[in-house]
Amino acid sequence: MNSSLAPARRLFLSRSGQLTLSAAAVGLLAGTSGAARAQSSMATAADATILNLALGLEHEAINAYQLGAGSGLLQKAVLDVAVAFQSHHKAHRDALIATIEKLGGKPVMEKKLDEYAKALDAASLKNQTDVLTLAARLELGATNAYLGVIPAFKDVKFAQVAARLAADETMHYTALTGALGQSLPAGALSFGA
Amino acid sequence: MSHTMSGHRVQSLHGPRVRWARGARVGLVVLATLPAMAIAATEGDATRGAKAYVARCGGCHSVDADRIGPQHAGVFGRRAGSVAGFDYSPALKASRVVWTTKTLDQWLVDPDALIPGQRMGYRLDDAATRADIIAFLVTLRRK
Repeated sequence: MNSSLAPARRLFLSRSGQLTLSAAAVGLLAGTSGAARAQSSMATAADATILNLALGLEHEAINAYQLGAGSGLLQKAVLDVAVAFQSHHKAHRDALIATIEKLGGKPVMEKKLDEYAKALDAASLKNQTDVLTLAARLELGATNAYLGVIPAFKDVKFAQVAARLAADETMHYTALTGALGQSLPAGALSFGA
Repeated sequence: MSHTMSGHRVQSLHGPRVRWARGARVGLVVLATLPAMAIAATEGDATRGAKAYVARCGGCHSVDADRIGPQHAGVFGRRAGSVAGFDYSPALKASRVVWTTKTLDQWLVDPDALIPGQRMGYRLDDAATRADIIAFLVTLRRK
């Protein structure tokens, strides 16, 4: 074996290990428990509270996509993307629940679909553009919400998690605005200011 | 030669004195405009604020519906934690804060500093955006 490849291989193996961890829902936030334990219970509770609000946001996103998917307004290709995005939110939800429980918190419960439908005024959705516009609005809000809570975390590991969640939401927002034919933000640093 | 500046006669002929006088004049102009700048920084634009509200607050809040956070219709002048039926934190429920331009700004800068123990972790650093959003919130009437 070429010895010059060894460092790269070690790096690959190291990264593979990280990827294996991050593939599992709980593993997304793995490594936080030790740090969390080291913090005061107050700081941990504060972080769990923020994560619980994030969980509420993810519950809503899952249900918003459910409303869109069940509306009969989406073309097949768009429906497939909506379901994919919903699966991301489900993964976020699962990771957040596991972490909140690990921190000793009680995960906020999902509401009924009808309640989300009412709060999001789903009855006003008349076509695919309406659905995509709602989804884009929620994804933008979620992006900024995650970026906006980063400074509040006591444990920097959770700040990193919030940034990773924000990255997923930004990806969703960008795809949705593209599908709507909207232009990209004109300036840099348009998120989270 | 001499001239008057703000009621004071200033000896200003050549060299350093001229430069000092010009510098002082500029300084006074800057001082005179500072209050106006401060006002401009806190006076938001409700139209810009409506857009910023959707982008910054829309992840959790709506004007007319309780979501992750409470609805904002009629928020200005309302006591914190007083939307009927919304599940507030005990800290917010017990708070005696009333939402004014000042308290809303403090809230958006650092909610926990204003009401310790509340649940909203979101912070909005940009003062101009805060002012715009607050200007928009002021326009929201109770339904």
